[in-house]
Amino acid sequence: MSLGPIAGWTAPRLGGVFVRHLTLQDFRSYESADLEFASGVTTFVGLNGQGKTNIVEALGYLASLSSHRVAQDAPLVRAGAGQAIVRAAVVRDDREQQLELEINPGRANRARLGRSPLTRPRDLLGNLRTVLFAPEDLALVKGDPSERRRFLDGLLVARQPRWAGARADYDKILKQRNALLKTARTATDRQSALSTLPVWDSHLAKVGANLVYARLRLLRDLQPYLQLAYDEVSAGQSDARTSYKSSMYDELAEQLAAGEVPEVGELEAGFAKTFEQQHRAEVERGQTLVGPHRDDVVLQLGALPAKGYASHGESWSFALGLRIAAFQLLRHDLGTDPVLVLDDVFAELDAGRRRRLALMVADCEQVLITAAVGDDVPDSLTGATFTVTLGKVTPDDQ
Amino acid sequence: MYEGVVQDLIDELGRLPGVGPKSAQRIAFHLLQADPADVRRLTEVLTVVREKVRFCERCFNVAEDTECRICLDVKRDQSFLCVVEEPKDVVAIERTREFRGRYHVLGGAISPIDGIGPDDLKITELVRRLGEEPIEEVILATNPNLNGEATATYLSRLLRTMGLRVTRLASGLPVGGDLEYADEVTLGRAFEGRRVVDA
Repeated sequence: MSLGPIAGWTAPRLGGVFVRHLTLQDFRSYESADLEFASGVTTFVGLNGQGKTNIVEALGYLASLSSHRVAQDAPLVRAGAGQAIVRAAVVRDDREQQLELEINPGRANRARLGRSPLTRPRDLLGNLRTVLFAPEDLALVKGDPSERRRFLDGLLVARQPRWAGARADYDKILKQRNALLKTARTATDRQSALSTLPVWDSHLAKVGANLVYARLRLLRDLQPYLQLAYDEVSAGQSDARTSYKSSMYDELAEQLAAGEVPEVGELEAGFAKTFEQQHRAEVERGQTLVGPHRDDVVLQLGALPAKGYASHGESWSFALGLRIAAFQLLRHDLGTDPVLVLDDVFAELDAGRRRRLALMVADCEQVLITAAVGDDVPDSLTGATFTVTLGKVTPDDQ
Repeated sequence: MYEGVVQDLIDELGRLPGVGPKSAQRIAFHLLQADPADVRRLTEVLTVVREKVRFCERCFNVAEDTECRICLDVKRDQSFLCVVEEPKDVVAIERTREFRGRYHVLGGAISPIDGIGPDDLKITELVRRLGEEPIEEVILATNPNLNGEATATYLSRLLRTMGLRVTRLASGLPVGGDLEYADEVTLGRAFEGRRVVDA
C-alpha cells in the first residue's frame, strides 16, 4: 500500500473543516471565555493548572459528547454554577455553522445546531470531528480493556455517528439483562424468574453482533494506517498490529483474533451458542459475560503483546500511532481532516519523536496544541500562540 | 421552603409524573388564588376517582363498571384483539377509528430493572382470554421502545403455538414528515417494513 511521500499524508481534500470560534461558559475553571482561531497550528502555553487542557477538553466534548479526562459531567461545570455551555463556530467549505452544547449534570444535556434545538445531543455528532492525543492515552497501551473499547467505539462514532445510537441501545439492553440475571440469582423459582431471558438474549445478540461486526471492520481498516504511523513515529521497522479479543466461544474467538470478519448473522448465532455455554456462570454471577462490553483489543509488537512487554518509549509510540492512524483513517474516509488536538504531549516525547510528530502534523487543516513550556513545541510548528494564566487566555503578539 | 401546609401541597404535587419542583410551586399558587368553586370541583373529582374508577375485569382498561364500554359493545369485532401497555394507548388507538376489535391492557411492559416481569403484567389473563374468546388475530401494539419490543417478542414467542395470527404494529416514517428529518433507526425500520405498491 502506497500512501504518498510522508506515509499517508496526502489525500484528496474536499475543503477544510476548522473551528473558528470557541465560547465557554462556566466550563471547568472558565467563567467565560471567547477564543478566536484560524486554520493551521494554534498553541496554548501556560503553567500547569492554568486551564490549557480545559479548552481542548471542551472542544473534544463538543465533538464526541464525552471528556477524555472524566466519565461524569459534574467536574466539567465550574464550581457553583448549575450548567456549562460550550459553543463553537465551525467552518466547513467556507460555510460557518454554530454548534452549542449545554452540559447539565444530573439532567439531560441539550444541543443546538445553528439556531435550532436538537431533540437529542447525539444528533450533534458528525458536525465536528476531533482526534485528541493526551498523556492519558498511555492507558490505551497499559490500561484496562475499557480504555481500548472506548477508543474503538469513539472512532466508530466519529466515522459513522449512527453507532452512537447502537451503542446506547446495547447498553440499555445489557442493563436489563443484567438486572434479570441478578434477580434470578436470589429468586426462589429460578425457572420462572428467567422466563424472559431468551427475549433479552435475542435482542442483545442482534445489537451486539452489529457492534462487534463494526468493530472488526474498523480494526481491519485501521491496520495499514497503524503500521505506517507506528513506524513513522518510532523511526523504526516494527510490526505494530491489533487483534480482537472476543468473549465469544473459543473457536469463534480464535477466528476473530486471526482477523476474520464473519457475517453479522454468524456473529448473532455465535452469541446464542456462547449464551448457552455460559448460562450457569452468568446466573451464578448475575452478570452478562458475553458481548462487546467484555471484549478487548490486544495491541501487539511483532509476536509480543505491547502490554507488559513494550518499553515506555514503545508504549508512547503505540498510543500515538493509534491516534495518528485514527486521524488518517478519518481523513481518507471523510475527505476532510478532523481537528487534531495534541494535549501536553510534546513534553512526554523525546527529541526524535517530537520532530517526527511535528513533521507529520504540519499539513493538517487545524492543530491545537497545549504545552507547559513553549520550547517543548518544535519550531517548525508555527502559528498563533495563546498564553493561559489563571483561566485568562491572551493571544501573543507575533 | 414555605410554611406548613403550602409546602405539603407543593411536595405532593411534585410527586406527580412530569411535575418538577418549579411547576409544583406554580400549580400550588394557582390553586391558592383560584376560585374556591373550581378548587372544590377538583377535590371532589380526586376523591371520587379512586373510589369510582375500576379496571375492566376482561381487558383491564379503565371502567366504571365491572366491564368497560368497549368490552360491553356487542358491535365490536370479537376476532381481533389488540394488546397495549396502558389505558392511554387504548384512547390513542380509539382516536384513529380504524380498529373495531377489542383490547387487552397489560398494565406496563417487561423491565427487569424496575422488577417488572411477565407475572406482573396481565399476561395469564391474556392467555385465558385467547382460550375462551373466538379471537383469530392478536395485534401486538406495545410501544416501539426497548421494553415494549421485549414485551412483544416475549408475547409472540408465547403465543406462536396457539394457532392464531400474531401481528405487530408497523413502525416507520411519520405521515406528513420529511424523509431527511427521520432518524436512522426509524428510517432503517421503514426500509425493513417496506411494501409492494398496489398499482
